[in-house]
Amino acid sequence: MSAVTRPAPRTRTRTRPAVSPRRAGRLALRYALLVGVLLFAVFPFLWTLAIALTDKTAGGSIYAFPASLFPRAVTLNNFAEVYRTFGLGKYIWNSVSITALTVVGTLVVSALAAYPLARFRFPGRGLIFGVIVATLVLPGETTFIVNTLTLKKMGLLGTHLGVVLPTVAGAFGIFLMRQAFLAVPQALLEAARLDGAGEFTVLTRIMLPLTRPSQAALGIFTLVTTWNAYFWPMLVLSAAPDKLPLSVAVLKLKGQFNYDPFNIAAGALFMMVPVLLVFLAAQKLFMRGLEGAVK
Amino acid sequence: MRASWRDTLLSYAFLAPALVLLTLFTFYPLAYGSYLGFTEYGGARFAQGLAPRWVGLDNFRTLLADPLFLTSLGNSLKYLLVVPALQLASLAVAVLVSRELPGMAFFRAAYYVPVVTSVSLAAVMWEWVFNREGTLNWVLGALHLLPAGGAFGWLNNEHTAFWAVMLVTFWRGFGYYMVLYLAGLQSIPAELEEAAVLDGASAWQRFWRVTVPMMKPTILLCSLLSTIAALRVLEEVLVLTNGGPLNSTYTALMYVYSKAFQGFNFDYGLASAAGLVVAAVALLLSLANFRLFRESGGDEGRA
Repeated sequence: MSAVTRPAPRTRTRTRPAVSPRRAGRLALRYALLVGVLLFAVFPFLWTLAIALTDKTAGGSIYAFPASLFPRAVTLNNFAEVYRTFGLGKYIWNSVSITALTVVGTLVVSALAAYPLARFRFPGRGLIFGVIVATLVLPGETTFIVNTLTLKKMGLLGTHLGVVLPTVAGAFGIFLMRQAFLAVPQALLEAARLDGAGEFTVLTRIMLPLTRPSQAALGIFTLVTTWNAYFWPMLVLSAAPDKLPLSVAVLKLKGQFNYDPFNIAAGALFMMVPVLLVFLAAQKLFMRGLEGAVK
Repeated sequence: MRASWRDTLLSYAFLAPALVLLTLFTFYPLAYGSYLGFTEYGGARFAQGLAPRWVGLDNFRTLLADPLFLTSLGNSLKYLLVVPALQLASLAVAVLVSRELPGMAFFRAAYYVPVVTSVSLAAVMWEWVFNREGTLNWVLGALHLLPAGGAFGWLNNEHTAFWAVMLVTFWRGFGYYMVLYLAGLQSIPAELEEAAVLDGASAWQRFWRVTVPMMKPTILLCSLLSTIAALRVLEEVLVLTNGGPLNSTYTALMYVYSKAFQGFNFDYGLASAAGLVVAAVALLLSLANFRLFRESGGDEGRA
């Protein structure tokens, strides 16, 4: 219909003249929009960085715009100060411990569960797979209540293990690893079995080395989620303030009565920088993992 | 092919850790939590080590008579307004970054950064933005758009706190949906686009006639995920406003959490009942989402 009324676009796309003014205008508009969205996405980080690096002894408020966005005197003192006065080392260690346990646990449990689901026929396979799929859609608004009661009974309330255990078996990881295992050629497995390898050896010597990218994606995904998790660790560790991860502790900093925005910004960066580095280094894997989980 | 004993045994051995953990921490709490919703449990009863006592629908009657619960449920439903805004924006941003132009990889990564930010950092950073003396007021002031009465704290005002919290949800979410939409966009066969171009379709027509119909499954998935996430919003509220001011940001899951864990009279029975109500609403909304999409997709859905 529009081909009749407006033939212009056809000729333009076919002959491709050097960038027309109209096209250049569109391109400029596109980039202007991109930059606008960029400001919205990263402004809070840039400001936090600026505050964290500001030498507060030079005077001035964080709210003196736009001066506070461009600190005149730059210092790393805030980092040292917040680390010392709030004993950040302890919280960083807690975050590392919880995150490491969760990542390792998730990788092991997911790989073990995914192997038979991908490679064996056994009675109950369909049911088990269905049940795992169901966890994705079943609304679990009350699970956190019962889980804290269970942890209490097991004596794990207030421990890192208590934070970790309920989170390591998940449909996301099992799916992702199952997809990866399905892609390994059957011939390789059979060759290994003919050579007398047991199933555990097949898993560790053949399946795992061939599915490193998926494991990396799952590991990074789990790492970022766990490092950032707030609600669940806050709940499990509410009676053990010394065991809190940084994600929860950073808000305690904010609640301190001598509220110092420079220190808080520095503390926030302690928390943000590791995740940011991991994300930037593994962006592709990260996004692939996300897409893999959805397909 | 019949399964051998050996394969079966091995399979269950490999599956055991996952099955034990899923049973203990997912299926059992789902079942037991649903049961608790119909019992009196918590408070003194729990302290004395007594078992839950079956009370039928009592908890649900209590909930219906509790203005705080009704407010919280209303707020949660109002929070769903974030869904269309979030989905339209993410789809638009995905289209914006889908063209392979210089710098696109950078923009995509940068837009994703809020997604990998913890809610506690978001709370720290956005509080400065929403503060009385914060960036938002400064920007509005520079544009001569400050509301009557001058600068005020967006999170401390019962008329604005809700929208401020929602903006943070929006900020943390749009990069996530952008990536999903981007994956959907890339799966559209190039020939379709080219055919539309040859037929003389304008960019706008191509978007509505080719892109959107082809993206229907992705749009459904994203709006479903985002609807459920919006209904379950808790962390943002907890860290930004703790439900205040004047309960204006108090959401249904906040109610579940605070009945179960805040104060001294924790009431697991009532909290579980409230959780069941939220779960039921979530299920209904998911079904509605599917319905809506099937109906609206009837005529143009098949390309």
